[in-house]
Amino acid sequence: MADHAQSPGNGHASGEEGTRRDFLNLTAASVTAFGVASVAWPFISSLNPSKDVLALSSTEVDISQIAEGQAITVMWRGKPVFIRHRTAAEIEQAKADDSADMKDPQADEARAQKPEFLILVGVCTHLGCIPLGQKDVEPKGEFGGWYCPCHGSAYDTSGRIRKGPAPLNLPVPEYQYLSDTRVRIG
Amino acid sequence: MAANFKNPVIRWIDHRLPVFSYLHHEANEYPTPKNLSYWWNFGSLAGFMLLVMIVSGIFLAMQYTPHVDHAFNSVERIMRDVNYGWLLRYIHMNGASMFFIVVYIHIFRGLYYGSYKAPRELLWQIGVVILLLMMATAFMGYVLPWGQMSFWGATVITNLFSAIPWVGDSIVTLLWGGFSVDNPTLNRFFSLHYLLPFVILGVVMLHVVALHRFGSNNPIGIDTKGPQDTIPFHPYYTVKDLFGLGVFLIFYAYWVFYAPVTLGDPVNFVPANPLSTPEHIVPEWYFLPFYAILRSIPDKLMGVIAMFAAIAVLFILPWLDRSPVRSGAYRPAFKLFFWMLVFDCAILTICGKHAPDWIWSPFSFSIAPDTGQAGISIISMGQLATTYYFAYFLVILPLLSIFEKTKPVPLSISRPVLGAGGAHASIAQAPQQMEKF
Repeated sequence: MADHAQSPGNGHASGEEGTRRDFLNLTAASVTAFGVASVAWPFISSLNPSKDVLALSSTEVDISQIAEGQAITVMWRGKPVFIRHRTAAEIEQAKADDSADMKDPQADEARAQKPEFLILVGVCTHLGCIPLGQKDVEPKGEFGGWYCPCHGSAYDTSGRIRKGPAPLNLPVPEYQYLSDTRVRIG
Repeated sequence: MAANFKNPVIRWIDHRLPVFSYLHHEANEYPTPKNLSYWWNFGSLAGFMLLVMIVSGIFLAMQYTPHVDHAFNSVERIMRDVNYGWLLRYIHMNGASMFFIVVYIHIFRGLYYGSYKAPRELLWQIGVVILLLMMATAFMGYVLPWGQMSFWGATVITNLFSAIPWVGDSIVTLLWGGFSVDNPTLNRFFSLHYLLPFVILGVVMLHVVALHRFGSNNPIGIDTKGPQDTIPFHPYYTVKDLFGLGVFLIFYAYWVFYAPVTLGDPVNFVPANPLSTPEHIVPEWYFLPFYAILRSIPDKLMGVIAMFAAIAVLFILPWLDRSPVRSGAYRPAFKLFFWMLVFDCAILTICGKHAPDWIWSPFSFSIAPDTGQAGISIISMGQLATTYYFAYFLVILPLLSIFEKTKPVPLSISRPVLGAGGAHASIAQAPQQMEKF
């Protein structure tokens, strides 16, 4: 360092000068941090669902064409939603099992607004596979509901987890009946 | 070189992988001339703009669809539906203009202070390569929104290559990937627009390595002669660069928030239509001088050659200007011609902006369509300006190298700074007089 150049001022040497420098350093650092954060915010926010994605976050379904014992799968927020028109026997079975030993106990009554139509998000709560059981040719598992081929989770006729690694029941999405035959999911 | 780091983790890593020593050497203790002015801020500002463009571009690419049927709408979706998408896009759009403003000032700084002269010729040439890469990147980025000016700009610029004898048309077909600017063109432009910034980043690193070989030039234009002429880069120039960055960000934010579309062309808000050319095609402002040079030459091939030559001449500039004095501050005649070049580039910009048959009237100071008023046509003005542009590099600088009588240059950077007056020597004697310290 040249002898006639000033000390670069790591100068906490004399008390008062050090305080002023500390003040400047802290102020500059705080303003910089605030500035960086206020720029980072919109960048990170842009990764969240955009308005057009949110606008498609509900879907309407006509359920009048589903015969008893049949099920359909509809797309909602990029995921399959199972709508099963349950038979009287299936409903009865589900109600009878309310008191059975379950991982995630829940009464069948709380899982369907109208007992005939069971509406579920068709994504296994274990690791996200789609359980089988929507079509007649597919295995329904030993509890007559759905069976996940990935790791062998079995759901009953109310979509409750009864066997296998999945921790939770198939979730019931938010939905409402617009009329006797139309349902809006989401 | 080996710095003594207090933090034991850093010391452990540095012993095995000396990145911290390297950074300490190149960005901390790096000796820098102590007389750098604010004109030396623009290099770091250009680096900053490159990072801004890369980051905002990566986030935009996550939302953009490079397909002729969806590109325009996906950009509109970014503007309307994506959270803060308008901000990302305006940062990127105006960022291109800011990048060019900063880089053009950086280049004129180099031209004035003779930063291209030995031993920094290669540093300068690497810089010209960066400019070329920037121009290619900016051009292809402008095509992506797929508006009318995107489409017709792409058509006109790719058609430049059809001027090449014999193989021109085949080259253009190759560039297009079809028989007109279409989906394959858009796809490859998107791919290259994403690639080139990282190529620029690599060349910028070479630029910095070449810079650090001999260190920065300075406003006096003489070499540093010892530690008394330099100060460490940190904290002196980190603080100065950061202060400059703060001022620059205010300028940048003004455009982003208060005039986000002023620098662009409104025609690009119309979706691309291959069946209808807009009335008046103009490039973005930063290409206008080159566009004016292109139009000044009435021959197709020669026009294209002249336009590329406007950049190519910069490559050989270190050997055109043979004057031993670097800084324009000590070259009275050079100074005059330099500022005329700056003015000339402004004139070329104006010429590129307006239709060639419009008339500039010096008395009413207006540019308007030809209605028989007195004045000079845009095309003639562009031709005069083009002539001066090339004359500056190919005639004036070589002649000045021989005939110019330069002012005496200080013996060292420290002398004028410390006010030890009267120690000036003429340039002829300067090399022999080594300063004692």
